[in-house]
Amino acid sequence: MIRGVFLLLFFQLAGEILARGLSLPAPGPVVGLGLLVAAMAGWRAFRPFDDEELASSELGRAAAGMLANLSLLFVPAGVGVVQYLGLLRAEGVALAAALIVSTFVTLIATVGAFLAVKRLIGLRREV
Amino acid sequence: MIPFRLWVYLQTTPLFWLTATLAAYIVADRIAAAAGRHPVVNPVAIAIALVGALLMLTGTDYQTYFNGAQFVHFLLGPATVALAVPLYRNLELVSRNLLPMAAALAVGAVTAIVSALVVARALGAPRAVLVSLAPKSVTAGVAMAVSETLGGAPPLTAVLVIATGILGAIMVTPLMNALKIRDYAARGFAVGLASHGIGTARAFAVDPVAGVFAGIAMGLNAVVTPALIPVLLPWLAG
Repeated sequence: MIRGVFLLLFFQLAGEILARGLSLPAPGPVVGLGLLVAAMAGWRAFRPFDDEELASSELGRAAAGMLANLSLLFVPAGVGVVQYLGLLRAEGVALAAALIVSTFVTLIATVGAFLAVKRLIGLRREV
Repeated sequence: MIPFRLWVYLQTTPLFWLTATLAAYIVADRIAAAAGRHPVVNPVAIAIALVGALLMLTGTDYQTYFNGAQFVHFLLGPATVALAVPLYRNLELVSRNLLPMAAALAVGAVTAIVSALVVARALGAPRAVLVSLAPKSVTAGVAMAVSETLGGAPPLTAVLVIATGILGAIMVTPLMNALKIRDYAARGFAVGLASHGIGTARAFAVDPVAGVFAGIAMGLNAVVTPALIPVLLPWLAG
């Protein structure tokens, strides 16, 4: 558990250092994500492991636990907007309509483009 | 007098509001479970409403609340790094879907901006509101920066971003089921693009492959949308 959490923090820290040090356009945690993927690929070449071993490793369990409760992590920021709900009073109807229509249309357009190109290049549908 | 003084003390400690945040989430998650994980019963929305109501009832300001809640907020960083594990486990599937992802990213990012602005403008929203609305599909930090640079109101943008996240998380499952789309890579990519982290959280709750593709879409859209908005805005916001 602790080793898994340590690895996540360590790679975030490495990502922050690299992102700031080299003024990369990506945020630190995203750079850390890339570093961790590269590290896992490197580690596998050096000492082979299978998917099952990765999933049940300390890192695998820490990551799965974190991602299973991802919703919780948006609560503090979400609460922050509650005090600004009054801002919606001015253009409430226009904004509500825009968000509902746009989210609906965007989901359909995105999934449509994804599947259309997938079919075009002849990939089989994965379930 | 002692209970009141105790409350005055507790209310200012990080411990109280950290505990309250987790309690609200557990209650919200229980409610969602009791509703059979029905997508309309969104745990993020319920937890936000519960904590928001508690802050209002107790007259607590956000800064005091955040002193405690920051420990949860902080975990967004390591959680982003944690995406590396499912991404690595599905690397082959991801690399086989590069072209579909590129097409979906281009179409989706443009659709998200254009559709929102067309509807809001038709209903009479002024320019400053349109600018605040344009980046609503990208993650809050990036969206607020875009809004600020182009003359919008970052707090309004934050409200619209969170609302878009919750809407997408609510809509995606019934919508995709109605369209009979069973490709979880495509479903996840769509919700991550339209509804950033809150959509990604929903995707991970449904299927790990959907979660991976949602995370990728969220990351890519955070790069593409800020570049597109200055180009599209002159046509759409007048």
